[in-house]
Amino acid sequence: MNEYRQEIAALTMRWVRRLSREKFSMLFTLIQPMLFWLIFFGNLFQRAADVQVVQAPNYISFLTAGVVVMTVLNNGLAGGVDLLFDKENGFLERLMSTPIHRTSVILSRFLFVTTVTSLQVLVILGVAFLFGVTPATGFFGVAVILLIGMLFGVGLTAISMAMAFSVKSHGDFFSVLGFLSLPMIFLSSALVPLSAMPRFMAMLAVLNPMTWAIDAIRPLILTGWAEALRPLGIVLLIMVAFDALCLYGSAKAFRRAIG
Amino acid sequence: MMEQSVAIDVSKLGKTYDGVAAIQDLSFQIRTGEIFALLGPNGAGKSTTLRILITLLRPTSGQATVLGYDVVRDADHVRRLIGYVPQERAIDRFLTGREHLLLLGDLYHLSKEESLRRIAELLKLVDLEGKADQPAKTYSGGMKRKLDIACGLLPNPKILFLDEPTLGLDVQSRLRIWDYVRQLRKRGITVVMTTNYLDEADQLCDRLAIIDGGRIKALGSPTELKSGLGGDIVSVTVGSAALTRVEPLASALKGLPSIRAISTKPTGLDIRVESPEKALPAILEAANRLACPVEFIEYHRPRLDDVFVAHTGHAIREEFPAAEEEA
Repeated sequence: MNEYRQEIAALTMRWVRRLSREKFSMLFTLIQPMLFWLIFFGNLFQRAADVQVVQAPNYISFLTAGVVVMTVLNNGLAGGVDLLFDKENGFLERLMSTPIHRTSVILSRFLFVTTVTSLQVLVILGVAFLFGVTPATGFFGVAVILLIGMLFGVGLTAISMAMAFSVKSHGDFFSVLGFLSLPMIFLSSALVPLSAMPRFMAMLAVLNPMTWAIDAIRPLILTGWAEALRPLGIVLLIMVAFDALCLYGSAKAFRRAIG
Repeated sequence: MMEQSVAIDVSKLGKTYDGVAAIQDLSFQIRTGEIFALLGPNGAGKSTTLRILITLLRPTSGQATVLGYDVVRDADHVRRLIGYVPQERAIDRFLTGREHLLLLGDLYHLSKEESLRRIAELLKLVDLEGKADQPAKTYSGGMKRKLDIACGLLPNPKILFLDEPTLGLDVQSRLRIWDYVRQLRKRGITVVMTTNYLDEADQLCDRLAIIDGGRIKALGSPTELKSGLGGDIVSVTVGSAALTRVEPLASALKGLPSIRAISTKPTGLDIRVESPEKALPAILEAANRLACPVEFIEYHRPRLDDVFVAHTGHAIREEFPAAEEEA
């Protein structure tokens, strides 16, 4: 158990070191989603969006939940990138030739992605606060937001890592990534509520786990516990089921790469 | 000969990818304390064999033990006894040399003090003390290789595996690496390496296995393998106008008492001879009689390239004869 902890701590520390050395890329991955989506998109659509339709005091407060989950989505889907490079330059082989528990590398990645994402979510909520968005459910509500984000992120990170282990070239990886990310956002309730979507899009959006995460987070920010608690149980269940499905689907790729 | 203990025992090892055999029916032993090379061209199955021995690949058939532990069933135990230096520059460009070693120290479950002690010693050994706290992206190819080797030695392994240790290195770095490997043998570490450089196998290794097409073609010390060929080599190159006379010359020489074997190459003949002082006049006389102008004749002791050709039927790098043909 002690050895296990030592390995995971060291491997996680490596991801932290890498991030801190890539100052430029860190700046962009951390700043881009909130700057672009929350500030520009939020303010741009301020007058175009109908507050009756979005059921919120203004568009930015409606959009905050969407930007939080979009951040989880992007970080999760990109969660396997570093392992992809490790696979390609042989570093993964070096790690796997040491007497570490076979799951340590993957666990360190989950730990790292989840932590970075949570910090980013806090920053986004902070920026939203500067634009006058105060979470209606307070600190405890923020904790629940983080929990939902973590649960959704685990499944996404699993898919991303499985893909990193399976693709032939990293070109393939980034094509799939680019292909997935925008439709996932547009076919969800991130930018527009389901009720205001064209019917066929709303039908697809209901199948998107991202929609469920957003619709659970939104009342935590906008309305309060009374509204928020109602869907929470089912959403947590859906998130856990989503994670189970993703992990089950990834297991084969994991076993092949590190088994 | 003194019986040495066996470090690695490979028995009928096979590995198939999608129905295609990468290696088949490999059996050999590596002795404790020796430098052993798997020599062969790219795609011969060297790396597959190495990856099975270091537990990164599961064999499809047969078995292998490292210091008595099965590489599949006791994989974790094997990993505790070995060090590995991968073929690719498996370096994290963003980490410093010291951080690489600290990371591995934790992965081998060393205590902080032990880790720091070994790191200081290894940085000194590979002469990287000055650059230890610079990110690896500032390192030259040779320095990355040295860091690689330090990483492989950190666990204080009984056996060190090196995958193509000098591939793409300049001459000086190459000699340095050879020097380190010899130092390791002095410390009692068994070294197993793959290489496609004949001179590396010849000068550095105690014993080697020639692998080609996934099978072992020959096994022994460089000296044994060379003397096993029997006789010295006379290489005859004929003028390009006389290439049609090469075959008649070969038949004329066949059966002469001092000549043991003849192989045809694109530019002439390689003749294995019993005693050069008798064979040389006979060869020149036959060439004269057949009006086959000899452009160049060379006599040498058998080299490892001759051993390779004799056992595999081709040169280790096919591009060389092709280039000669063009010229």
